[in-house]
Amino acid sequence: MAEAAVAVPAAAAGRRFRLPKIDPYAAIGLTIYVVFFLVALFADRIATHDPLEILFDDDGNLLSNVAPGAAHVLGTTNLGRDIFSQLVMGTRNALIVGVSAAIVVASLGTLVGLVAGFFGKWVDTLLMRVADVALGIPFLPFVIVLAAFMGAQTSNVVIAVALLLWPNTARVIRSQVLTVRERAFIEAARVTGSSTWRILFVHVMPNILPLTFLYGSIAVGWAILTEASVSFLGFGPSDSISWGYMLQDAYGSQAMSRGTYFWFVPPGICIILVVVAGFFISRGYEEILFPKLKD
Amino acid sequence: MASLLDVRGLTKHFPVSRTLREVARGERPVVRAVEDVTFAMDQGESVGILGESGCGKTTTGRLLLKLVEASEGTITLDGYDVRALKGPDLKRFRRHAQLVFQNPFDALNPRFTLRRSIAEPLLNAGVPKGEWDDRIAAVLKRVHLSGVSDLMEKFPHQLSGGQLQRVVLARALILEPTFIVADEPVSMLDVSVRAGILNVMREVRETMGLTAIYISHDLALVRYVAPRTIVMYLGKIVEDGPTDAVISRPLHPYARALVAAVPVPRVDQDRGALPITGMIPDARNPPSGCRFRDRCPYAVARCAEEVPALRELAPGHRAACHLL
Amino acid sequence: MPEGEVVGLVGESGCGKTTAARALTGVVPANARIAGGRVTFGGRDLLAFGAKDWDGVRWRQIAFIPQSAMNSLDPVYRVGTQIREVLRHRGGLGRGESDRRVDELFSMVGIAPERQQDYPHQFSGGMRQRAAIALALALNPRLVIADEPVTALDVIVQRQVLDTFRDLQVRLGLSAILVTHDISVVAYACDRVVVMYAGKVVEAGPVRAVLEAPSHPYTMGLYNAFPDLGRASGTLVPIEGNPPDLRDPPKGCRFAPRCPFAVAKCREAQPPTVTVAPGHTAACWRLDEAPQLRQLAREEQTWLRSSTSAA
Repeated sequence: MAEAAVAVPAAAAGRRFRLPKIDPYAAIGLTIYVVFFLVALFADRIATHDPLEILFDDDGNLLSNVAPGAAHVLGTTNLGRDIFSQLVMGTRNALIVGVSAAIVVASLGTLVGLVAGFFGKWVDTLLMRVADVALGIPFLPFVIVLAAFMGAQTSNVVIAVALLLWPNTARVIRSQVLTVRERAFIEAARVTGSSTWRILFVHVMPNILPLTFLYGSIAVGWAILTEASVSFLGFGPSDSISWGYMLQDAYGSQAMSRGTYFWFVPPGICIILVVVAGFFISRGYEEILFPKLKD
Repeated sequence: MASLLDVRGLTKHFPVSRTLREVARGERPVVRAVEDVTFAMDQGESVGILGESGCGKTTTGRLLLKLVEASEGTITLDGYDVRALKGPDLKRFRRHAQLVFQNPFDALNPRFTLRRSIAEPLLNAGVPKGEWDDRIAAVLKRVHLSGVSDLMEKFPHQLSGGQLQRVVLARALILEPTFIVADEPVSMLDVSVRAGILNVMREVRETMGLTAIYISHDLALVRYVAPRTIVMYLGKIVEDGPTDAVISRPLHPYARALVAAVPVPRVDQDRGALPITGMIPDARNPPSGCRFRDRCPYAVARCAEEVPALRELAPGHRAACHLL
Repeated sequence: MPEGEVVGLVGESGCGKTTAARALTGVVPANARIAGGRVTFGGRDLLAFGAKDWDGVRWRQIAFIPQSAMNSLDPVYRVGTQIREVLRHRGGLGRGESDRRVDELFSMVGIAPERQQDYPHQFSGGMRQRAAIALALALNPRLVIADEPVTALDVIVQRQVLDTFRDLQVRLGLSAILVTHDISVVAYACDRVVVMYAGKVVEAGPVRAVLEAPSHPYTMGLYNAFPDLGRASGTLVPIEGNPPDLRDPPKGCRFAPRCPFAVAKCREAQPPTVTVAPGHTAACWRLDEAPQLRQLAREEQTWLRSSTSAA
């Protein structure tokens, strides 16, 4: 009955995917995502200033290193830019990078995993060897080199992250497909005359989609972390604000030694929160996918 | 009357992973799952294939339905050469030949409602949607499920094993097939509901004039649904005859042991030793000659040298043994 | 349960037979609680036992062969090593002594002693089941409880394992409980039988009496539903319906909703357990009419209801 037990919770939700309600970690993770998503969506209204605008007071003095207060929630940088606005706009950029990379990773990984696992033989061998190669590439150097060659644009960071992260998803999906493929209802679909593609996408795929979502949610965190790293190292897009850019800016201006913690602590916390949220959600999915893990 | 199903020399070898030495020597070891199986079935006949696990009975059933590709031999069903079927012909074949699964808990997609599972064959066969409700209602009546309200909107995990197996049967019957293979249809079910499923299967076979193969390890069950029995051992047919004759006068030594081993729910019964020794040998290296010889109490030298042919020893009763 | 007998515990899946057997060995899942009752073994109350007491009794006195015993051997150790480990750590035997005992156990269950060098995957299903029996017998228990010992085996192997089991039971004077859903296993190997339905014992007694003259309608129905090679090829008669939901069992007799003989009383109150003959008990309100009911139960018509109720 072990198999049935695995299948049941997902089936109980019918064909929709019920998000994990019970697991408190998953709930926390989801809440974090939702908050950041809302911030990103309404970033224009939440931000109090243009994040790149250099601010002066009425007397024409540069508003540099202003401490947090009513006018500037998190103060200003040493070049007189509003930190809170940077953080808010950075959220939008972070989420754009994270979500678009996650979508590419999840769909590419799922497709490759499905095809490799379902068709097996040389298709499987070929795709999995390609995945091995991709897994062998050192992560950050590859992203940096790619950004250096193709230009430091947000889209290139997304592409780089996607190229490196899909194999993890593909491997897990493939192993799940190998299990699902052997279930009797798949053979039943064959006997009733379903075409190969129909079996693949109508019968097999819905049974592995929870894993797709799981790996997608982890990829969000990874992509944001990567973007931050690249920006922090100074290879990020120069035209837009991101959390990594803020950290780099703060580092370059010796914010630490000046004690302007309000400058670099908030973006650091944001990065941690997003990455942790991804893992919390994956924990919730784990409960659904492998309920036996926790007895 | 011409046979509906004609199977000749059906053989299936599964490749197995090789050891380093076998790779070096260029050997390709195989599991001889099914070897030279030959039999025919008339329209409307029902046959039980009996044997222990690993005897090739399940593979034979899969081969007949073209779910596994045969290595050698021919399968002719209703004039079609089953092994050569492709494209639209294969699709037509799938309407006529169906399978009933062993494990009803696994045979239905857990994410589909029962209606969707049962309608799947209709969709694949291109039956107009307008006819679906009538067809579903009719088939549910056949399997005695029509009285249960809003059953069709439920998911598999909400049903009992007996109900699920009826749904599986309904899905197999909805396109009105002519040929059906039932692979251990009740072995996963509780005793008290088994009889219900078997009765339904018997009933639909008669009313629909189905030709059916029941694959089972249980002789009592085979006797209940099939007047003819084929006994398999290590991929080969060792005996083929009327079920009653196989039970009362089994010819092949293996069939004798098998019949003697069948448990009966009675206190007074023979508890003597079985006329069989040892255990089933490795299917990668079956014994030469007769595959049963190393366990057979009557084996002679000839059994090791020559593969016994399946001979007709009484009307409609064949067995493969040199000593008969 | 008398000493030196084999008792069969029969019932359908979910009837509580496995749980009952486990409760006897003190192995219960974390979410379970033994709500009441008394179990005595050799004059001691087992339910009052703490973990320490169990350590002394389990395996040494009462051995349990779980349902998946075939798969309970550790794949990375040789079979002989696993049995030797039990002998040395639990049984306190020395090296030479335990080696001798392993040889003895292997030949006892009919496996060539050379095979102890094999790993579990080199054993067939029947051999693994025998090895599991050997493991259970290692410390000379007085009572062996086997949960579905032959269910996953082919008929020939099943027969061989049952023969081994019977032979050992007679030779060693063991008491044994066989938990099974298969009444032919009970008929073949047991002296007494306990029939359970939906968590309750409905009938218990000597095998001959229970099978040949069942007193409870469920036992009658079970017998009808069971194929018998020796019986004329009649129809098999199912018991319509499904076992009740044990979270909310019926108020009266738990079998009443499926029983063709149920009367109003059956749905209102639970029937008491009555002794119908020496050593033979049953729990049914209509025990007085058992001979007539037995006649009726043989008729297929009795058990047929409108098939729509096949819920």
